[in-house]
Amino acid sequence: MTVTELPGQDDSAPIRKERSLYAESFIRLRKNKAAVVSLIFIVALALSAIFANVISSFDPAQQDLLANNAVPRWMLFMLPENAENYARFSDKFPLSADSLGRDLLSRTLHGARISLSVAIVAATVSLVIGTAYGSISGYLGGSVDNFMMRIVDFLYAFPFLITVILLQAYFKAIARTNDSSGIMGAVINLNNDMGGMLFLFIAIGLLNWIGMSRIARGQVLSLKQKEFVEAAHAMGASDTRIISKHLLPNIIGPLIVAETLAIPGYIFLEAFLSFIGLGVDAPTPSWGIMISEGVQGLRSYPNQVLVPAVFLSLTVLAFNFLGDGLRDAFDPKMKE
Amino acid sequence: MVTYIIRRILFFIPVLFMVLLFNFVLMRSLPGGPFSSVGERQLPPSVVASIEAQYHLDWPMWKQFVAYTIGDELIGGQGDAKGVIRGDFGESLKFRNQDVSTILKQSFPISLQLGLMATVLAIVMGVPLGVIAALRQNSWIDYSATFLAVFFLSVPNLVLAPLLVWIVALRLGWLPVAGWGAEKDFLLGIFPNPADWNVQYIEHALLPVFALGTASAAGIARLTRGSLLQVIREDYIRTARAKGLKERVVVTVHALKNSLIPVVTILGPIFAALVTGTFVVEQIFGINGMGKHFIASVGNRDYPLLIGATLIYAVVLVFANLVVDISYAWLDPRIRYD
Repeated sequence: MTVTELPGQDDSAPIRKERSLYAESFIRLRKNKAAVVSLIFIVALALSAIFANVISSFDPAQQDLLANNAVPRWMLFMLPENAENYARFSDKFPLSADSLGRDLLSRTLHGARISLSVAIVAATVSLVIGTAYGSISGYLGGSVDNFMMRIVDFLYAFPFLITVILLQAYFKAIARTNDSSGIMGAVINLNNDMGGMLFLFIAIGLLNWIGMSRIARGQVLSLKQKEFVEAAHAMGASDTRIISKHLLPNIIGPLIVAETLAIPGYIFLEAFLSFIGLGVDAPTPSWGIMISEGVQGLRSYPNQVLVPAVFLSLTVLAFNFLGDGLRDAFDPKMKE
Repeated sequence: MVTYIIRRILFFIPVLFMVLLFNFVLMRSLPGGPFSSVGERQLPPSVVASIEAQYHLDWPMWKQFVAYTIGDELIGGQGDAKGVIRGDFGESLKFRNQDVSTILKQSFPISLQLGLMATVLAIVMGVPLGVIAALRQNSWIDYSATFLAVFFLSVPNLVLAPLLVWIVALRLGWLPVAGWGAEKDFLLGIFPNPADWNVQYIEHALLPVFALGTASAAGIARLTRGSLLQVIREDYIRTARAKGLKERVVVTVHALKNSLIPVVTILGPIFAALVTGTFVVEQIFGINGMGKHFIASVGNRDYPLLIGATLIYAVVLVFANLVVDISYAWLDPRIRYD
């Protein structure tokens, strides 16, 4: 008897395609309906924010005092019962106009630019700083690690919200000084061109890397004992190479998940700062500013609060679902 | 344990000092001053300078800082400022002839009451919701609880507060639109005066407390669910079941206590965030708490009021974290601080 075939070597059996960890995760993510819908929503919102001028022809800062507080008919159900007596009904603005006669649809879409930019930029800044800080601290270990983590502990005890408020107040005050000389002048000009967004990015991004650095450090601490790192060491790889080529690719997944879950916080923070008047500069619309302006007329025109409020909540809801979906996809064990 | 607490409290001193120093320098670096205009009218520079000199704002920054922290005797002052370490927060620059400590004594208790009630609401709503969701895992109860939690996490208080005012107060007319039911002369300096313990107080508190607390309740519910699901799979839970304990006892006595450790971890930050994060809720509900003074004093350049409010917030934050660390040891006897 000759053995021509080994058991299990059946050519007709489907061979499982080899996939990377990220491809596997992506397939799991695609099965999560809430996450997919959220991703579509975020992409659609981003596109409408980019093409805001095409979708809504009104300038978001253009006042039409003859049409202030104009309400389209279909929004009647949101208004108080006696609204027929005072409200100005006009279908000129699809999502009504605010107290200065500015189109709320345009303002909302331009506001989405602020919220989404803050989400992306603050997340990127805090991801980069936090990952670099945490992985260096965890990799070097010993007294360097101890010292770097004491700094983090120290910053953790700092009243974060208050520091952001003061930092923003400081940035806004120096932005008004018209000092256009040197590097600071260039930065101020850039900030003014961006409607005050640059300083907002700096204030939010600079103070949010602390939590990320702790996660990165924890990941590096557990990974650096692994054999493949030791092997890289034995082959004479430099520390920089080990961190960037061996450790970072392995820890970046959980970090991106953590960062996605942190995005709602950044969006809230921007809305909050704008609400108290320390966000973007006045003519630039932001959802926080729109809510704060709408609250003043809440009694008669609740629709002016509802429009930005619904967009803000839906966006945050989408990021929450997407973050949860990413977490489940990257780490199926956590789903249980 | 005692040495641990003492060490932690000693660690507060440099933290609070740095908070004070950093914010002091930042505030004084803000362009413009508290007296540069009265209403719309600009004051002449000579008048501004003389008023500022009266408050020693013409001193170099380090001198002002020393005078603010430990008093001005050492640097040749008249003893006008006793320093914050002796409980002198200085005089408000905006509210003439009012001490910052008087203003804070009237406003901080309101913010604290609001924050405390919101924290209690967050725990009372969040923990049971999380426990029920975990015990009925993958049932419709679990799914709706999880959805509810994500939903409330996604509605910030600056959305929830106007919505509540609009629906509950304006449309239905069930609760008052604005205001707070307690005035100054607080019991023990914190709690509402017994004269204010009435239905009006509760009616005024319901909406703002709900607006402030639900997001944290949602966070706690999610965390409780996740943590309880993990604990309930541990070996000692199987042992407890195997020796014939009732399911109720297994859950409440054995599982719940351990699963609450991560929940307690976030209670500190949540409490601090709720007490200090009342700006929006106070503004929308017209409550005379500290949040209003805090925001206004940034614009008014009312340095003493601003730094006084900042210091109180910082103290609340660091103490909340300390209480959390101590409560670990109670929840999990394996954790020891030496």
